[in-house]
Amino acid sequence: MLTAEAEALPSCEAAAPTAAGLRLDLALNLLQQAGWHVPEGVIEGTQEWLQAVIDGLCDISSRDALTGLANRRQFEVAISREIDRVARAGEPALLLTLDIDHFKRVNDTHGHAAGDLVIQAVAAALQDCVRPMDTVARVGGEEFSIILPNCPPAFGQAVSERIRNKVAGQPVVLVGGQALSVTISVGGAFAPQWVRSSPTLWCDRADQQLYRAKAEGRNRTCLEMPPLTVVSAEEKSMLFGALGAPDIADDEESASGMAEV
Amino acid sequence: MSATTSDPELSPSAVASAVSNGASGKPASTARIARTLAVTSGKGGVGKTFFSANLAAALSRQGLKVLVLDADLGLANLDVVLNLYPKITLHDVFTGKAQLEEAILPAPGGFSVLLAGSGLVEYSRLTPEVRDHLFKVIETISPRFDVLLLDTGAGISDVVLYALSLAHEVIVVATPEPTSMTDAYATIKVLASQQGREQLHLVVNQVGRVGEGRGICQQLQLVVDRFVQTPAGTAPKLNLLGDIPLDNSVREAVRKRALLLELHPGCPASLGVVQIATKLNHNR
Repeated sequence: MLTAEAEALPSCEAAAPTAAGLRLDLALNLLQQAGWHVPEGVIEGTQEWLQAVIDGLCDISSRDALTGLANRRQFEVAISREIDRVARAGEPALLLTLDIDHFKRVNDTHGHAAGDLVIQAVAAALQDCVRPMDTVARVGGEEFSIILPNCPPAFGQAVSERIRNKVAGQPVVLVGGQALSVTISVGGAFAPQWVRSSPTLWCDRADQQLYRAKAEGRNRTCLEMPPLTVVSAEEKSMLFGALGAPDIADDEESASGMAEV
Repeated sequence: MSATTSDPELSPSAVASAVSNGASGKPASTARIARTLAVTSGKGGVGKTFFSANLAAALSRQGLKVLVLDADLGLANLDVVLNLYPKITLHDVFTGKAQLEEAILPAPGGFSVLLAGSGLVEYSRLTPEVRDHLFKVIETISPRFDVLLLDTGAGISDVVLYALSLAHEVIVVATPEPTSMTDAYATIKVLASQQGREQLHLVVNQVGRVGEGRGICQQLQLVVDRFVQTPAGTAPKLNLLGDIPLDNSVREAVRKRALLLELHPGCPASLGVVQIATKLNHNR
């Protein structure tokens, strides 16, 4: 640890542990590049300063450099945390996976700088229409995920439509002044209540809905709804249909035969 | 511990996985956990609490250390069935007025009980606090018993579903009444589709003749096979533990607030309960 260094430098003893002996130039360069500043009133070399440097590093390593959204690493932390919460608390949670429609065309037609602008604009729109508790992440090139804790199934469609409409309603203005209309496809799945999901299974289910949205023509949202649990008239009639039959209890052969039909 | 399914997304969360996965910080192999069975019915008034208490007595006689937890937090009546009116209940534990140990009581049949008390009406709505309290209580007592019986409330409210999610296995109690069968079926459907339960135990209470339970189980299974699926795409299997004949001794025991197994150990209903306990033990 830093103790040996601190002893070698008696002048630093009051503020020990200090950054003495640590090579921080790379870290500080990274932070500077990301626009980080030493918090006001914090003296360089103190423990408080070192903590601020570490916090700054944690922050930039959990964010996507282009958009400032949560990056994939941070998304994985957030989804695991949400799964724990759902398993424990049983509150409904919605995971949305979304993808910019025909993004390759933007890159091919207008260049990669325009592509970056589109991604940034979509990111800003997404961040703009969620609650503070929601996690918006850029998980791949033009692919985003949103974790919405405590989102009841009844509101799922409205929430994802609002997000889709927000993006569709804000054309991206390119450097030349040209306005480019951008749409997204959204797939979503709810975490199973009371039971423990896994990040892979949950993401897979949301992805399947995204594929469905793409296949059905893009610029739309598809959600996997939790299974309905009402008992239909058909089920009731089947439940009581054979009860009058006198031999149902004694004739196992016929009952299991029926089951196989 | 019998997990109801191998799919990680679908396995009942709860103490079952939290404890056995070593979430408590201990390796799974050293943590002894009670086999946790929840008793539920969908419809009220089918003899669910009566069954829980007498099953606990029967299991105790077979040498197991059993605790019955009154998970019917909204409308507790295990106290009425057992004629126990303790000063300290789960309510006091939840509100921090008493230690958990003080609320665990010996019941007449040789088992232990944790009663909710009747002051818990505010818990009929499932708040995060109630969930945490219930989870912690079960997690704490689990290593001390062989079997935990969670006597849940009627219906399929979120409190009931949560209590059921804390159990390794679920016993659905039904009677041959059409309303009871419908509610039992709805319960089975919810547990299969929402909790991924692939096997559910069935007990048919108040049957008029021997074998009636088997017929009802077959009928339920037919409809289940046709209409009910777990998220993994399979139909849950109903395991008939047994039936309990309609018996005037039961009414007498309930009126006298005594355990049937103590009052009339040789009556047909008592024998039915004992057979169910035996089958449950062989069904591990």
